[in-house]
Amino acid sequence: MKFTRLDATVLTFCFAFLYIPILILIVYSFNESKLVTVWGGFSLRWYRDMWSNQGLMDAAWITARVGVLSATLGTILGTLAALAMTRFTRFRGRLLFSGMIYAPLVMPEVITGLSLLLLFVALGIDRGFWTVIIAHTTFTMCYVAIVVQSRLVTFDRSLEEAALDLGCPPVKTFFVITLPLILPAVISGWMLAFTLSLDDLVIASFTTGPGATTLPIKIYSQVRLGVTPEINAISTILVGIVTLGVIAASLTAKSRELQRQRDERAAFRAVG
Amino acid sequence: MAVTEAELSSKPNPARWLVVLVPYVWLLLFFLAPFLIILKISLSDTAIAMPPYTPVFDGFASFGTFLSGLDFDNYVFLTEDPLYMDAYLSSLRIAIISTILLLLIGYPMALGMARAPTTIRPTLVMLVILPFWTSFLIRVYAWIGILKPEGLLTLILQTVGFLGPDEQVQIFRTEAAVFIGIVYSYLPFMVLPLYSALEKLDGTLLEAASDLGCPPWKSFWLITFPLSIPGVIAGAMICFIPITGEFVIPDLLGGAGTLMIGKTLWTEFFGNRDWPLASAVAVLLLLALVVPIAIFQNQQQKA
Amino acid sequence: MAKSLGPVKRKFSPWTDPNEKPFIRFENITKTFGDYTAIDNLTLDIYEREFFSLLGPSGCGKTTLMRMLAGFEEPTSGRILLQGKDISGVPPYRRPTNMMFQSYALFPHMSVEKNIAFGLKQDGLPKDEVTARVAEMLKLVQLSQFASRKPSQLSGGQRQRVALARSLAKKPKVLLLDEPLGALDKKLREETQFELMDIQTKLGLTFLIVTHDQEEAMTVSDRIAVMDKGVVMQVATPAEIYEAPNSRYVADFIGDINILEGKATAVGGGLTKLDCDGLAIAVADEAPCTAGDSIAFAIRPEKVAISLDAPADTSVNTFHGEVWDIGYLGDFSVFIVRDENGRTMRAAQANIARLVDRPITYGDMVWLSWKAESGLVLTR
Repeated sequence: MKFTRLDATVLTFCFAFLYIPILILIVYSFNESKLVTVWGGFSLRWYRDMWSNQGLMDAAWITARVGVLSATLGTILGTLAALAMTRFTRFRGRLLFSGMIYAPLVMPEVITGLSLLLLFVALGIDRGFWTVIIAHTTFTMCYVAIVVQSRLVTFDRSLEEAALDLGCPPVKTFFVITLPLILPAVISGWMLAFTLSLDDLVIASFTTGPGATTLPIKIYSQVRLGVTPEINAISTILVGIVTLGVIAASLTAKSRELQRQRDERAAFRAVG
Repeated sequence: MAVTEAELSSKPNPARWLVVLVPYVWLLLFFLAPFLIILKISLSDTAIAMPPYTPVFDGFASFGTFLSGLDFDNYVFLTEDPLYMDAYLSSLRIAIISTILLLLIGYPMALGMARAPTTIRPTLVMLVILPFWTSFLIRVYAWIGILKPEGLLTLILQTVGFLGPDEQVQIFRTEAAVFIGIVYSYLPFMVLPLYSALEKLDGTLLEAASDLGCPPWKSFWLITFPLSIPGVIAGAMICFIPITGEFVIPDLLGGAGTLMIGKTLWTEFFGNRDWPLASAVAVLLLLALVVPIAIFQNQQQKA
Repeated sequence: MAKSLGPVKRKFSPWTDPNEKPFIRFENITKTFGDYTAIDNLTLDIYEREFFSLLGPSGCGKTTLMRMLAGFEEPTSGRILLQGKDISGVPPYRRPTNMMFQSYALFPHMSVEKNIAFGLKQDGLPKDEVTARVAEMLKLVQLSQFASRKPSQLSGGQRQRVALARSLAKKPKVLLLDEPLGALDKKLREETQFELMDIQTKLGLTFLIVTHDQEEAMTVSDRIAVMDKGVVMQVATPAEIYEAPNSRYVADFIGDINILEGKATAVGGGLTKLDCDGLAIAVADEAPCTAGDSIAFAIRPEKVAISLDAPADTSVNTFHGEVWDIGYLGDFSVFIVRDENGRTMRAAQANIARLVDRPITYGDMVWLSWKAESGLVLTR
């Protein structure tokens, strides 16, 4: 398969399509003018406004806490689910179990949100901070399960057997052998869960209650009223955090890979 | 020696079963049970269930009365009011067209990525994933500024001279804007499964085909495309299913004429506060998606 | 059947001593996975300090048998006795066996040192003892200068030795080796075979090795169990397995052999006479069969002489035919000879002289001959 000029053109256009809207958004967050079509000069005015917007800041703080808690819970549950799916090839209800792992990945958010809301009402639970966390945990754990599962299927089981063989009991084996080796997948699962939670509008809208307005809900209510540069500013910050996170993660992965390759070459020379 | 073989063989063992039990119970409680409740409420009487809906579960004794209390009024209402039928059909139509558009754009893109030199492929993959990590809401929002009549697109087209100084682009709050928003938001979801299917493709297969006298355009249809079909199905399902129930995009970019079932559900729920009707809408949406979800599940189990 | 054949590497044959107790005993072991029977009512004794091989093609059950001893699988029925004690139900981490895995299974996130120390730490040994033992092991496998490297920084041969050191560190009663040399190239494999034997003798441990490589099994083992479809076909020393296989399967699995199907015509007087489709053959052994039984005649190609003229000694068995093919193997040449009935037989001849004036070539009519003592009768 050769990389042709046509391929290069296609990629250029597609990536332009993906990135130009975000770039515009970022550029206009530094626009002095309130109008999208007019460039009024560079300014950090909207960042100041954003900073002093108490409602927005409260929402950001709630979102961060919801994100960390639900991502952590989701990662624990999702890792367990991934272990269950790879290590227990047959148990009663396995089909239902894997069904419940895959379905939330594609389930329209309005359905998940509405159904969880009705559950909370039926159980008589007051909606608020914790109900959002439960809701987010439920759908993020499925993403974590998929990410961790894909690592576990390539995991060499004989490593665990070797540990058992050398006298290490099963639970300890999980913590000293399995977990350290699947940790990169668990961490990227956590990051995915965190950003999904950070991003969610629909499910949070259904399951939240008074005093637990998350950032997407806040942004949504302002966006409905029209484009405001303040939203551009907070969007830019969110995009910036995520971009830095992803780039940092991929750079560490890359340097680890390079180190591994160097090691292998060194080993090869050692033989020769 | 208190420890038995149970710890190593697949026989039941409390500690090991917790691994299955904890996530299983969580999903049963917070994923499956809610659907049963939705089903029940969708069959409840609107009058008793008027907002805020607070049903009382009084045990199995009343299960009989519960069953006799069920009625299909909400569903009858849904089929009688053309608004809902139209919203369904329109959702499916928009989802199908969007999925085709996504395939048409995503396939060449994934192919280009798979053909790119191995050194830059990880970077390209990261570039596709990056927007996926940034907020969906923000990405949709970004298009408002571009598409609205006094927005950036109008400005550019006026500057280029394509539009007169008094003319404006009339895309915002139309179905076209919805398509742009959907394609833009779901493109990474389409490209990634396609790319992973195409990237796995053994390059020597194409060399073998060309060695046997098959021209490139033909070997694409005879070799590359058939082998990428699992990726096509996965990508199509991952896009089609959530698009059908999409709310944010039609709400922010679509106009009054853009009917989509996700938006209808939202309006019934938050606007009209008719919970039983919203539940019935959700159940019907779910029913419409059972087949695609089953295809997706099947595809994932095989993978 | 315990004929003494060929030289024994060392004076070690506890299996011939009726007073000797087996160290490991597999007793009527059956293992099924669903409908599939991996091990079928197998009984096998292994003695202390023995280097024992389980040899067979993949899927013959040899790995399953080893994994049952390690504790990763439990027998469906039957018992495994270690020093007379039933070890069923004892989990792998409580068994006095250690295993060297085919993939080596070195923990990639731990240094060589930590890998070797892993098992010792599980026993809660004091730190200085662990350190001393690790140093001792590193010295044994000549890797002292690599102690702080990660497994990814080692070559295949070095990894293999770390795996060996790790499994030896706890001084297991039995060391289990699963295709230990499979991942090494031929030359390194041969060197390592001798190293393994050396270590085994030095430490006086019992080694159980699983392999599909007959040469490896022949080189290292005191005894070999040849397995097929969950059943042990023969347990014997390498020389016995080669010179006196007890069945067509074993004869065919180990080395190269001519097998001719036929019928017994007479048994007695120290001879078994066969008729192989018109070819009369005599074997200097009274096989456990009677005239008329379907049996097979077998002979190794290197025990068959080849000549252009009929052999002068009329007491030998002969086979007359045309040279059909010649395989040049370097040290040996194999001649495939076909008679007028279309039967073929192979004879191997050492290439003592260089190739220049080879007297026998394609199409030559030749005589194959062998003594009655050289052939075998296979009744199974």
